[in-house]
Amino acid sequence: MIRVELVKMLRRPRTWVTIAMLNALPTLVAVLLAITDIGPQPGQGPPFLSAVLTDGTLFPLAALGIVLPLFMPIAVAFVAGDAIAGEAQAGTLRYVLARPVRRTHLLVAKLVGVLAFVLLAVVVVAGVAYVVGRTLLGGGDARTLLSGVTGVSGASLTSAQIVQRTLMSILYIALSMLGVAALALLLSTFTDSPLAAALGALGFLIASTLLLTLDAASALQPYLPTRYWLSFVDLFRSPILWRDVVRGVLLQGVYVAVFLGAAWANFTTKDIKS
Amino acid sequence: MAAVVATRALTKRYGRVLAVDGIDLEVLEGDVYGFLGANGSGKTTTVRMLLGLVLATSGEAWVLGRRMPRAAASVLPEVGTLVEGPAFYEHLTGRANLALFDAMGHGSRRRGRRARVDQALEQVGLAVSGHRKVNGYSLGMRQRLGIAAALLRTPRLLVLDEPTNGLDPQGIREIRKLLLGLNERGTTVFLSSHLLAEVEQMCTRVGVLDRGRLVIQDELRNLRAPTGRTVVVTPDAEKVLGLLDGRVEARDGHRLLVRADDPAALNRSLVDAGVRVEELGPERRGLEQVVLEATTDPGQVGVS
Repeated sequence: MIRVELVKMLRRPRTWVTIAMLNALPTLVAVLLAITDIGPQPGQGPPFLSAVLTDGTLFPLAALGIVLPLFMPIAVAFVAGDAIAGEAQAGTLRYVLARPVRRTHLLVAKLVGVLAFVLLAVVVVAGVAYVVGRTLLGGGDARTLLSGVTGVSGASLTSAQIVQRTLMSILYIALSMLGVAALALLLSTFTDSPLAAALGALGFLIASTLLLTLDAASALQPYLPTRYWLSFVDLFRSPILWRDVVRGVLLQGVYVAVFLGAAWANFTTKDIKS
Repeated sequence: MAAVVATRALTKRYGRVLAVDGIDLEVLEGDVYGFLGANGSGKTTTVRMLLGLVLATSGEAWVLGRRMPRAAASVLPEVGTLVEGPAFYEHLTGRANLALFDAMGHGSRRRGRRARVDQALEQVGLAVSGHRKVNGYSLGMRQRLGIAAALLRTPRLLVLDEPTNGLDPQGIREIRKLLLGLNERGTTVFLSSHLLAEVEQMCTRVGVLDRGRLVIQDELRNLRAPTGRTVVVTPDAEKVLGLLDGRVEARDGHRLLVRADDPAALNRSLVDAGVRVEELGPERRGLEQVVLEATTDPGQVGVS
């Protein structure tokens, strides 16, 4: 069933349109930076963006930083929100379950499909950004490669370290998105409208983002799902600042477990009336 | 003969609404079973309970001799279904859709998939349109593809909901022929429908659902047994009235309804008396009449 889900996802035009759209904004930013040569001040704007002017190889991280707060969650929420509700709306859910595919299997396959989409999206965004960054912003010259890349803390990182930490941040971002996916999947088991599931999940994230800016909500803030999303930046400090990254992993782990458990409990006992 | 589908006091309650009220279905091996009922009578809910899609509030259901939904994993691979209209992945071709459905579920082999898909498309007359995307299919083509999906694993039991929906008369005949052919080769067919004519033409057994209750379940030929009255059409109606006096129960122009369970004897007595007989035969009740008598006014049904 997992293979079937992957085939369905990869053969769906929407998957590729979404990923193309995810790439549009970072590419536009790179073009603007290359033309104007005006970067944000260090410490302001999206992470890494001030550094990419001197080194285009950091652009993949800047690109992820650009799409992570808004575009990526939207894409993930729509794909995951569509998982069950989309099949229910199209009417295929009853035929899938009557093949029979066990409900737990279907849920797992859907989750793997969403996870594959998240990884695919993150990797494509990072890959496209690498190519765009190198060609538009430069930085691929021998000097940079030899002397290493400047990390966020100002200390130099070797190329090997950059690759390693980029991979770690991709995993971290994927886990953050998995939290979104789990919530959208949970809502997707409750409704026959994919749109409702996706918007419900996004509403939750927007509420979380808003509460993060509110001092009165400070007691809640450590538990909000979006609190540690951008902590992957800490992976590029030297030494790595683990505290927020670890908290982020644990928090997302709890959210994923709770949402998926609830999704399973609901879906396996649900009357399929669609 | 073994029961292919059996339920005991199967009940489904949605909140305060009793959608299915303690029904005892029995579909025998080799039957073409017509499951009739007005919209909202609980047909679909019953079918969904049989397939494990909707969980019964109480009562029990067996399909192919095994308990549902507990044994769904072993039962459903031998059941082909078309429930409330076909549904597909619109951006894929008909062939790709069938291949995906074939790949779903436990123990599905990649080997022979192409042949299975080809055969299913061939059976429903879609061999040439299989490469087209489903979103360009007509209603009738979708219906055929839905039936093809149900036939994929040469099931022992076919559960079909309105299988001829959207088909032209030619298509209806083809599908009817296909289903009867499969039935001859041993497939039991459970046909849920509100088209009385369709059920009357195809089915051997009939179950009628009315507001969640099974009000009729019998062989079609028993339901359509002679009523003990004879229909006589004659231009000499007045003469017959005088001749048979109290035995004529109704008259409609030249058409008389006579209480007589031996049409041959009646015919002789009429002819002997010099009455010109145009038509004469035992009165059989149509399925429509049987169903209408057993069910409540459909205008009263508000639950769907």
